[in-house]
Amino acid sequence: MANLTFKDFKSDQEVRWCPGCGDHAVLAALQRALPKVSQALNYEKERYVVVSGIGCSSRLPYYVDTYGFHSIHGRATAISTGIKVANPTLTVWQACGDGDALAIGGNHFIHAIRRNIDINIILFNNQIYGLTKGQYSPTSKLGAITKTSPYGTVEHPFTPGSLVLGAKGTFFARSLDTELKLNEEIMTQAALHDGCSVMEMLTNCVIFNDGTHKSISDPAVKADRTIVLRHGEKMIFGKDREKGLIYDGKKIRVVTIGQGGFTEEDILVHDAHTDNIGIHMALADMKGPDYPVALGVIRDVKDITYDDGVRDKVKEQMMKSKIHCVDDLLHSGSTWEVK
Amino acid sequence: MQHKVIDVNDVVIRFAGDSGDGMQLTGSLFADMSAIYGNELSTFPDYPAEIRAPHGTVSGVSGFQVHIGSSDINTPGDYCDLLVAMNPAALKANVKWCKRNAMILVDADAFDEIGMKRAGFVSDNPFEELHVEDKAIIAANITSLTEESLKDSGMDTKSIHKCKNMFTLGMACFIYNRPLEYIYNYLERKFAKKHPEMIEPNKKVLNDGFNYASNIQAIPDTYVIEPAKLKKGIYRNINGNQATAWGLLAASEKAHLPLFCGSYPITPATAILEELAIYNCLGVKTLQAEDEIAGICTAIGASFAGNLAVTSTSGPGLSLKSEALGLAVMTELPLVIIDVQRAGPSTGIPTKTEQTDLSQALYGRNGECPVAIVAAHSPSHCFDAAFNAAKIALEHMTPVILLSEGFLGNGSEPWLIPSMSDYPDINPPFATSCEGRFQPFQRDPETLVRKWAIPGQRGFEHRIGGLEKNHRGVISSDPDNHQLMVNEREAKIEKIADYIPALEVDGPASGKLLVVGWGGTYGHIISAVHELRKAGTEVSCVHFDYIKPLPKNTAEVFAAFEKIIVCELNSGQFANYLRSRLPQFNYLQFNKVQGQPFLVNELVQAIEKAL
Repeated sequence: MANLTFKDFKSDQEVRWCPGCGDHAVLAALQRALPKVSQALNYEKERYVVVSGIGCSSRLPYYVDTYGFHSIHGRATAISTGIKVANPTLTVWQACGDGDALAIGGNHFIHAIRRNIDINIILFNNQIYGLTKGQYSPTSKLGAITKTSPYGTVEHPFTPGSLVLGAKGTFFARSLDTELKLNEEIMTQAALHDGCSVMEMLTNCVIFNDGTHKSISDPAVKADRTIVLRHGEKMIFGKDREKGLIYDGKKIRVVTIGQGGFTEEDILVHDAHTDNIGIHMALADMKGPDYPVALGVIRDVKDITYDDGVRDKVKEQMMKSKIHCVDDLLHSGSTWEVK
Repeated sequence: MQHKVIDVNDVVIRFAGDSGDGMQLTGSLFADMSAIYGNELSTFPDYPAEIRAPHGTVSGVSGFQVHIGSSDINTPGDYCDLLVAMNPAALKANVKWCKRNAMILVDADAFDEIGMKRAGFVSDNPFEELHVEDKAIIAANITSLTEESLKDSGMDTKSIHKCKNMFTLGMACFIYNRPLEYIYNYLERKFAKKHPEMIEPNKKVLNDGFNYASNIQAIPDTYVIEPAKLKKGIYRNINGNQATAWGLLAASEKAHLPLFCGSYPITPATAILEELAIYNCLGVKTLQAEDEIAGICTAIGASFAGNLAVTSTSGPGLSLKSEALGLAVMTELPLVIIDVQRAGPSTGIPTKTEQTDLSQALYGRNGECPVAIVAAHSPSHCFDAAFNAAKIALEHMTPVILLSEGFLGNGSEPWLIPSMSDYPDINPPFATSCEGRFQPFQRDPETLVRKWAIPGQRGFEHRIGGLEKNHRGVISSDPDNHQLMVNEREAKIEKIADYIPALEVDGPASGKLLVVGWGGTYGHIISAVHELRKAGTEVSCVHFDYIKPLPKNTAEVFAAFEKIIVCELNSGQFANYLRSRLPQFNYLQFNKVQGQPFLVNELVQAIEKAL
């Protein structure tokens, strides 16, 4: 039985993110989650592979003492895919940023989700290009002023959740970098999910985009502007847990419990396992000022994974086929003898 | 009238028609039948990029050339003895490939006003217009004869017209005294499951075509091409793309590693992915990626995870893969990249052959980025070339580019089936022990090759990536370390020269002129050189299957000749590479960039001129 701790997943490399960068906390959550995953699934340390692309967050593999691959910009998802399909006994984690996964790597990202490859993708979303020192990214807010948009951007951002669910993703979670406990919980659940798990971590870039998530992460407003969803629990939020979400027959609405005739009874119960992608999409899309931003595991449903599918086809054909070695192959089909 | 039966050493037949006329099938059937009959042969499909170009137009003409003979068949032949043209456009597009005394067989029914107009004829006599009225022209009403043959079959006209090619094939079989049994067997096999009702009509049309040819007086003579004196053994037909796929499967078996292929469909390389996709039974996993980049990146991931990893593509795809190829160089992972070259640049002429990706393979990446390069020289040689590329990749921990060509990938030839017991084992440098932390870039002092530790192996956890690192695997931007690693990566590739065979000269080992070639021009060059030597001209040739590194005896071979001429289907990419590697020699060039293979005849002339 694997009996690993936080320390086992800490490498000897010096962590070189800026002081105050949100990535530190996400790394810490991962190093805490992996021993739990190991315990739950009886995985030894050498079964983990951490893959990344290029960007600040893509330095992560160097800091986790497992097998690691720091690849090229945007391609982490394709490399993770190859690793998992080639050797499904490995458990693959991927770190990528919003530019890495959604701009240059957008194609690989949506196709990995569509194929439902059993990999765990941590999407560090700080809404900015940090490593190249402050250009806007595909998640930067409309109008964001950055080095390459000195007068404000004129493009709409992606909402990663809609993208994942639009590609019929089987697992999507969202959280804030500072939510250490919740993140540990999300990562553990992602690891247990058989399929492509996307965890969007809203991270803060202290240098180039400080406070980009402040409107929801500020402790003074967090309780009112976010809602933590847990499967089987009522969708209740607010400083005094006085607010909740209901479905009025047309759409989700925020109500105050005890007002307008609404009781706790009326509040929706989160079902992360339902096939109904519409409700998950609605939850993932919620934003202020009318709605709280949903955190936690929004969707977690079962479906066949690509890597299992490929493995099963290989097994099936190995049983079925008359060709068992290359000599058999060379002599298969039409041949003739010259005497 | 009594037909004369004439013995000939070899004949070239070109089947041409609309791209929907089934000429590729007709040509391959004729080729397969000849192979079983015992002839040597070589084939060359010449088809348009459009699946179904406008009906009856010159751009929509699809051709298939087959060269059969009793001895020394190395190419599909320059010009044909028989041109089969199913419509006016096919005649117009292919008449330039006819020998002076060639026979031309046309479907007279297709030469109506509309057909002639679509093909762009201005007069009503196409033969005169093309100045071929002196050739033996057989104008048979193939369409109406096929209709007549099947009038009681109950088939609709469209289905009947689909049998036209069998009538034509029957006629060709008569002209070259080919037995019909093989085709009967083929038809029975092909239609047995889904369309058993199609077996008899096709057989009947084939037979009627044969009989028709024997009854008309337009065919004065028929020809016999005796079986070749082939080495004893079991043979099969194989095309280059299939041989490439099978060579990789062979390497996977000999390395005891599963094969992984991540690829994106691209002409003319797609058949490699398609072929590998069939053989799940041999443990191969194929992944049709979302793009070319994902093709190579999934393969890099699979390589990291311990598979024999490959990706197949053509020139434009190789361009897209170049950044990831650099990652494979930097991480020193084994990987085979197959480039089935086609006419470029950009989309170029996708279905036509060329050797214009050599410079891209050698230099097309950022940084000092050496990879090993292997080239295939014939359709069946693709098997060995792919096997050797995989062996080098796995044993030397490097990406290897295998250069194939559209001409090889689509061309086919009979192949004496080898035994896997004749192929060597492949022994990758697996990491088996380490003191302390595993150091991923510690090298073997002899080969400079690093050890391969596979994820899942306890105690060997390590990180690799695109950033420069030191031997311990720690990121380093130290100037001296970078210089050292750059030097070592290059030297590692050059050391492969100790493990590849020496060049062998065809002909005298010294003399006035050495003809140098690489890749798919082999058959044409060897034919030209043999032809010249037969005629008394002293000339030798040497062919490169290994481009980077060059075989160790290259300079020694070159030094024994007064002149060197490098012949290649580009503007001089190999010649320039040789100039940079071995500047002490003077290199003459013969180049062609027309999307077509060399003609033996033009090589003969170029060599004579160089002497």
